[in-house]
Amino acid sequence: MAADPLSRVFAALADPTRRDIVARLSEGDATLTELAEPYDVSVQAISKHLQVLQDAGLVSRTREAQRRPAHLEAKVFDMATRWLERYRLRAEERYQRLDDVLRDLSDEGEDASSARPSTTK
Amino acid sequence: MTTHALQTEITADAKVPLVRIVREFDAPRHKVFRAHTDPELVVRWLGPRRLEMRIETWDCRTGGSYRYLHGSDGVEHAFRGCFHEVREPDLIVQTFTYEGFPDGVALERLTLEDLGNGRTRLVATSLVDSFEGRDAFLASGVEVGVREGYERLDELLAE
Repeated sequence: MAADPLSRVFAALADPTRRDIVARLSEGDATLTELAEPYDVSVQAISKHLQVLQDAGLVSRTREAQRRPAHLEAKVFDMATRWLERYRLRAEERYQRLDDVLRDLSDEGEDASSARPSTTK
Repeated sequence: MTTHALQTEITADAKVPLVRIVREFDAPRHKVFRAHTDPELVVRWLGPRRLEMRIETWDCRTGGSYRYLHGSDGVEHAFRGCFHEVREPDLIVQTFTYEGFPDGVALERLTLEDLGNGRTRLVATSLVDSFEGRDAFLASGVEVGVREGYERLDELLAE
C-alpha cells in the first residue's frame, strides 16, 4: 500500500466500484447498507472498499446512533483530481499546438521522404 | 473539419509513480513522428510559447541527447535528457530532467499507433523515480499556489 497521501488517493480511485461510491456520496451521505444495495457483491466487500476510501481520507464515517453514514471529504477529492487535471490541461495545450504544426505540414504539401533527424548547434 | 473529439486523457498509476497520457491526432503517423524528431518542428509546439522556447540540442536518434530552455518572466528553465531509443515509425524512449532539480529523472516512453484514415494515437508514459518526484513532476510549471495547496492536502489528510 503506497505511503504518500496523494498515491493513497489515486489508489483508492483506481477501482471502478470505489469511483462509483465516491460519485454517489458526492450527492449526499449514505449508510453502508444503502451503498451496498445496488452492487452484486457482498456488504463485506463494500465495507472493505469504504475502508480503503477512509484510509485515503476521501470518506469519513459520521457518528449517528448506529447508522454511521459515510460522508465524502470533498476537499480531499477535489485537490487530488485537480493536480492531475492541471497537468492534463497543460498537455492538452501542448498537443493543440502540435495539431497546428501537423496541419501546417499538410498545407505545405510535404515531400514524400521523411525528414532525417538533425542536430542543432 | 473533424468530428472526432481531440482530448488528452491522463491517468496516474496507483502502485508506481507513473503518469500516462493518451491523445489522438488527425494526422498520419509519419508526420506525428517527424514532429517529435525534427527540432525545427519541435520548437513550434513543445514549450508553452514559441517565442520563449529555445532548443540548444535536439539529436533525436538512439544515443542522442537534447537540451532546451524556456523562459517565463525573464527566468530561463532548462530541460535535458538522452534519447535512449528512437525507432521509426513508432517509438521514442527518453530520459527527462529539469535542471533546477537534476537528481530527479523521469523515463518517458512514447508510442505511436496508426489508427487508419490518416489518424494516429499517441501514448506517452512518464515513470518518475519516486512518488515525491512524481508529485513534483505533476506540479512542474504550475504556480506556487498549487504547491501550497498540496501541503494543505497533507494537512487535510492528517486531520
